[in-house]
Amino acid sequence: MDRARLLWRKSLNGVMLTLTGVSAFAVVSVLFLILGYLLWNGGSSLNWDFFTKLPKPVGETGGGMANAIIGSLKLLLLAALMGLPVGLLAGVYLAEFGSKTFAFVIRYTTDLLNGVPSIVIGIFAYSLVVLPVKHFSALAGGVALGMMVIPITVRSTEEFLRSVPGSLREGAMALGASKWKTIATVILPAASGGILTGMLLALARVAGETAPLLFTAFSNRFWSPGWGQPTASLPVMIYTYAIAPYDDWHRQAWAAGLVLLLLVLLANLGCRLALSRGGSARSV
Amino acid sequence: MSTTATTIARAPSQPSGGARAFVQRLRHGDEIAHLITLTFAAGILLLTSMLVYELWVNSHLSRAKFGWLFFWTRTWDPMFGDFGAAPFIYGTLITSIVSLVIAVPLGLSAAIFLAELAPRRISDSISFLIDLLAAVPSVIYGLLGIFIVVPLVRTTIGPLLINTLGHVPAIGKLFRPPNYGVGFLTAGIVLAIMVVPFIISVSREVLLTVPRDQREAALALGATRWESTWQVVVPWARTGIMGSIFLALARALGETMAVTMVIGNDPKIVASLLAPGYTIAAVIANEFTEATGDLYLSALIELGLVLFLMTFILNGLARILIVATERGGGHP
Amino acid sequence: MRKTLLVVSLVLGLAVAPSVQSDATVLLNAAGATFPYPIYSKWFDVYHQQHGNIQINYQSIGSGGGIRQLQAGTVDFGASDRPMSDEQLGQAKFKILHFPTVLGAVIPTYNIAGVTGELNFTQKSLAGIYLGQITKWNDPEIANANKGVNLPSADIVVVHRSDGSGTSYIWTDFLAKASSDWKSKVGADTSVNWPVGLGGKGNEGVSGLIKQTPNSIGYIELIYALQNNIPYGKVQNAAGKFVKADLAGVTAAAEKASKEIPDDFRVSITNAPGPASYPISSFTWLLIPAQISDGAKREAIKGFLKWMLNEGQGYNEALSYAKLPKPIVTKELKAISQIQ
Repeated sequence: MDRARLLWRKSLNGVMLTLTGVSAFAVVSVLFLILGYLLWNGGSSLNWDFFTKLPKPVGETGGGMANAIIGSLKLLLLAALMGLPVGLLAGVYLAEFGSKTFAFVIRYTTDLLNGVPSIVIGIFAYSLVVLPVKHFSALAGGVALGMMVIPITVRSTEEFLRSVPGSLREGAMALGASKWKTIATVILPAASGGILTGMLLALARVAGETAPLLFTAFSNRFWSPGWGQPTASLPVMIYTYAIAPYDDWHRQAWAAGLVLLLLVLLANLGCRLALSRGGSARSV
Repeated sequence: MSTTATTIARAPSQPSGGARAFVQRLRHGDEIAHLITLTFAAGILLLTSMLVYELWVNSHLSRAKFGWLFFWTRTWDPMFGDFGAAPFIYGTLITSIVSLVIAVPLGLSAAIFLAELAPRRISDSISFLIDLLAAVPSVIYGLLGIFIVVPLVRTTIGPLLINTLGHVPAIGKLFRPPNYGVGFLTAGIVLAIMVVPFIISVSREVLLTVPRDQREAALALGATRWESTWQVVVPWARTGIMGSIFLALARALGETMAVTMVIGNDPKIVASLLAPGYTIAAVIANEFTEATGDLYLSALIELGLVLFLMTFILNGLARILIVATERGGGHP
Repeated sequence: MRKTLLVVSLVLGLAVAPSVQSDATVLLNAAGATFPYPIYSKWFDVYHQQHGNIQINYQSIGSGGGIRQLQAGTVDFGASDRPMSDEQLGQAKFKILHFPTVLGAVIPTYNIAGVTGELNFTQKSLAGIYLGQITKWNDPEIANANKGVNLPSADIVVVHRSDGSGTSYIWTDFLAKASSDWKSKVGADTSVNWPVGLGGKGNEGVSGLIKQTPNSIGYIELIYALQNNIPYGKVQNAAGKFVKADLAGVTAAAEKASKEIPDDFRVSITNAPGPASYPISSFTWLLIPAQISDGAKREAIKGFLKWMLNEGQGYNEALSYAKLPKPIVTKELKAISQIQ
């Protein structure tokens, strides 16, 4: 009896442990599946036209997504200009100056903002930026994306500032530096690697957002001049083309998906490698 | 600390109180820095409050007309101006639950593998790759959903479920034809792939915090590796794991693009998981730019408010649970 | 520091560079119906080739979207297959003019294994399918009109629009005329409470769903079926004849309206009388504000309208839209002067 039970326990042990390994590899293989599928379907469609031409009229084959690529870059630039400084300075406040209760409130609010579904942020940006000027615009899209960049930046800035060793702070103070001088000349530079990678990760995250752009940046079949006009963007083009029946559009959607995915993965890969070399790798 | 620094830096004599003192203090970089960073931090508070305010105010028409009935009403009729949130709340919850049913076992077992069994190096590199999975934009999941998962559900998985589980009493109701390929199940599958990295990453971290002696004590008592993991380590970390599940749930609730591309966009409450449905995020994405009539738009914004509240509550719970485990060690 | 400045200005320059253009560039933003999207995108493209400084960015988000965004003032003009109702016109803060552009047909399209030819649909069968009362392809109502065709006993997968659609309006308007049951239970509008079916976004989304879903039926504008090689059926018209959608059938449907069209051009021609009329035909309209304060935009829009009514009509037939009848063109050219 004892031996049978022992055998059962041992086999259960073997089976379950193997299953856990299988799960882990299954999840990882999904990543490679995605990459592989996109490469297979999108790779062949990546030609010079894709990067340089504008979209063609409906139903005609050819054309490209040049305006969407530039549009996405412009939106990211706006998001960076609006969201990163706020995130950085708020992170500095939380790490260096924060009073107990107010800092708690800010942290809670930041987490709240992080959890807001991107479509709801789109609604907010629409009523804030689009309606008053009666215009869809790249600016509105940038505002929406900028709002999403803030929480991620705040959290990573705070974490990296806190991780600066106390000895550096105390050394600076012992030499007579005021608080802000310490922060500006010693602490921030020490944490800069981590903070910058945090910012890059935040941008990579919003680069792929589609929902908030649907009613802010809208879309555009031409080049979008300046910041006040609607603009095409990679994620919105992928969405529009994917749900349509035209095979040529599907082909282009795969190609755009591949470009977007490669950009996002490269940014993430680079950042995480840099972080793990410099210190503990933190997942956002 | 700051008082010490400012005392050293401040050379001349200082006035004692009042406005003059404030201005005097302002001259010193520390106070300015404090003020500036405080302003930006407060800006976040302002932004978030404005968001809630706008949602509240712009949904006024709909809230006034329907009141609490909005939550139970099953019709969504733009033509006759009758709006109800029930099919969308149902769809949002069902797809999220389906995704958890798939992602939690998968994610937890992968996390166990990474935390307990794999050598540190392999564990780190696999975690790294799984974190990359979390970075994939949702529209790409939607793309793959349309072209891979939908045909798969329509031709293989759907019929399989109908023929096997469909005949089992009670849960058989979940797997009835018709089966189009798009629907709750497909959306749930796509969502599962999207949230599994979150479950793995957080669960792995909390499992790693479980003290070694717990494991060793179990093993010393003769438990197998699996028994020690499943009966001792995991329960120890269970609040943190629960937290990761809530986090994943919150993410699944708000997901828009991947869902709207594969759910079928039909606002109905149906038992079968193979039937098409609709979620809050999907209906807002589809109908926002064309809601003719102020009541229609207001109803959509009210849906946005409902979604916001759902994620708000879940996120709060998740954070509490995760922090409780990391600090207290997950005692029951 | 300098390096950063250099990089930043380079990036900014790149971002703005492609958009640097002459001061005379006129940018118009428009949105609306997916029904005429293929012809509109062709027109705007050709017009831009001929007038390099005028860019008309048209986004096909559905007729409902066109009306809504025009009312909100976020686009310069809209497009819709459903003429705005008096109520909607009243909601706008300014006067809006309707300009018919083309005539098109909404067709029932399907994806049934083994059936590649044209099915005949009676008015009752279409209403019944969309009401959820007729559920199988070999239902007698369908089978009797299609003797000799091997219809499977499979369930019909109904597809409709998930967004606010003028095409939906045309379809439901026809169904309301075909079936009093439909009229009382569902009604005719751009967005209705569909009794059954999957929702696709835009004509594009519905076509996509049909292509991928076996045993499905949906309604789309003619050109989408032709461009994507999806079979479509004949529909029984008011005179009882089964007519296939083509230029002749659509033009015949518009004949009565072309003589009696009201001054604001709002009219429905579904279920039109006459043996050759295709019963699910419709005009589609550009919705233009009567007062445009920006002089350059006003002239650009007026210029485009004139071009569209003359040269533009020449592109219709290649994309299977019918030309506007001559009396209507004349009337519209006069109406352009109402834009101030």
